[in-house]
Amino acid sequence: MTSTTGIIQGVGEGSIRAIARALSRVENGSSDSTDILDKLFARQQGFTIGVTGPPGAGKSTLVNRMITRYRADGNSVGVIAVDPSSPFTGGALLGDRIRMQSHASDPKVFIRSMGSRGHLGGLSGATRDASCVLSAAGYSPVIIETVGVGQAEVEIADLADITLLVLVPGLGDDVQSMKAGIMEIADIIVLNKADRNGIEQLESYVKASLEFISAGFKKPEVVRISAVNGEGLEDLWGAIDRLAATHPGENRISRSAVRTLNEILRENGMLFSEKLLELEYNGRETAEELILAGQLTPYAVGKKLLERAERMFEHNGSN
Amino acid sequence: MDRKIRVLIGKPGLDGHDRGAKYIARALRDAGMEVVYTGIRQTPEAIADAAIQEDVDFVGISLLSGAHNHLFPEVARLLREKDASDIILFGGGVIPEEDIPGLKEAGYAAIFTPGTPAAEVVEFINLQMEKRQ
Repeated sequence: MTSTTGIIQGVGEGSIRAIARALSRVENGSSDSTDILDKLFARQQGFTIGVTGPPGAGKSTLVNRMITRYRADGNSVGVIAVDPSSPFTGGALLGDRIRMQSHASDPKVFIRSMGSRGHLGGLSGATRDASCVLSAAGYSPVIIETVGVGQAEVEIADLADITLLVLVPGLGDDVQSMKAGIMEIADIIVLNKADRNGIEQLESYVKASLEFISAGFKKPEVVRISAVNGEGLEDLWGAIDRLAATHPGENRISRSAVRTLNEILRENGMLFSEKLLELEYNGRETAEELILAGQLTPYAVGKKLLERAERMFEHNGSN
Repeated sequence: MDRKIRVLIGKPGLDGHDRGAKYIARALRDAGMEVVYTGIRQTPEAIADAAIQEDVDFVGISLLSGAHNHLFPEVARLLREKDASDIILFGGGVIPEEDIPGLKEAGYAAIFTPGTPAAEVVEFINLQMEKRQ
C-alpha cells in the first residue's frame, strides 16, 4: 500500500490509511506527489469552506459545529486544520483536534492537522493539494481552518469556495475593522461569542465598515452566533447554503483548476530559477554570498537569470 | 522533500492531569517535530483513529489513573487491527516498575516514568527513526 498506484487505488476505495498516506506524500512533496494529484484532480467532488480569523476567535469550535451539521445531513466531512510551525525549529503543536473530540471516532469524519511549515499566508504550502486529496476521496464539504490570522492572510479566499471570517468582541477598535485585506475576502463575517459584552459594538463597527465597499464588489453577510451554546447557527447554515447554491459544481472545479495552475506555475518558476542559479552562479548559495558581500544586488541577480533564460530560448528557437 | 517526524500525544482514561503530556508535547515541538495533541479523556478507539488519519510515526500515551494495564494494550491492539502496527508506541505516567515488561510485550517500545527528562524522549524518537531508515 506504500506504492503510488496502491495509494491512488486506496483513496478511490475510501481507505483511511491510503488517504492518510496520500496526504503525507503531498504534504512532504514526495517524488510521486504530482502523480497522485494528477490522478485525483478530476475526481474532486466536494465543495470547500474556509474558516479564518484571529487566534482565539473560536474557529475550531465553529468547525466542530459544522461537522455535526453536515454529518446530520449524511455527508462525509473532511477537515484540514492548519497551525503555525515554529520558524526556528520547524516544530509545531497541532491542537485543533481537541475541540473536535466529539467526532473522533466517526469513520465519516476525516480530520488532518498540518503545520504551516514556513508558509506565511495562513495556510501551509500543501493545503490546496491536501484539500484535493480529501475531496477526491469523497469528503464534502472539506473544511479548511487557517492558523490564527492577522490582517493580511487572505490566501484562504483563493482556495475555498466559501470563506468565513470569524471575529469576536474585544480585539480592537473600529479602525481595525476598516482595514483592507482580511475584511475584504470574507463571504460571510461570523461574529462569534455573541453572549459576550461588546458584541453590539462589534456588529455596528463591522457593518459600518462594510458600508464603504464599492458597488460591484461582494458584500459579506454578517451573522451573529455563539459557537459554544449554539445560538445563531441556523442563520449561519442558511447563509452558507444560499452561497453554496450560487456556486454550481462544474464552475467550482474549473475555478479551482485555474488557481491550481497558477500555483503550479509559481512553484515551477522557483524550480527553474534554482536551475538557472545553478548555471549562472553554481547555485543559490554563491549568489547569496555575492549579494551579502555587497558585490551584487538582488535585482542584478534576477536580471541576469532572466537574460540567461532568454538566451537559452533564442538558442532553442533557431533550431 | 520536507519530511517531519509526526507524533500524536494522547491521554486515554479518566484522569485529567495533562501537565506531563503537555510538557512532552512542547519538548517534542521544540525538537522540531509536529505534535498532534488530542486532549484528555480520549477512548483508545479515538486515539488509534486519530493516529491513522494524522499518519503519525509515533503515538505517545500518558496515564496517571492506574488503568494503564488495560488501556495501553488496547490502543496497541486497535492499531494492529487497523493495519497500523508500524506506528511506534511509547507510554508515560505513573506506572509501577513491575508493569513495564508486560506493556513492552503488548507493543510499547518504551515506558517513561515520572522524572524522565524530556531530552530522553526526544533521543528515543530520533533513535527509532534512524533504526527505521
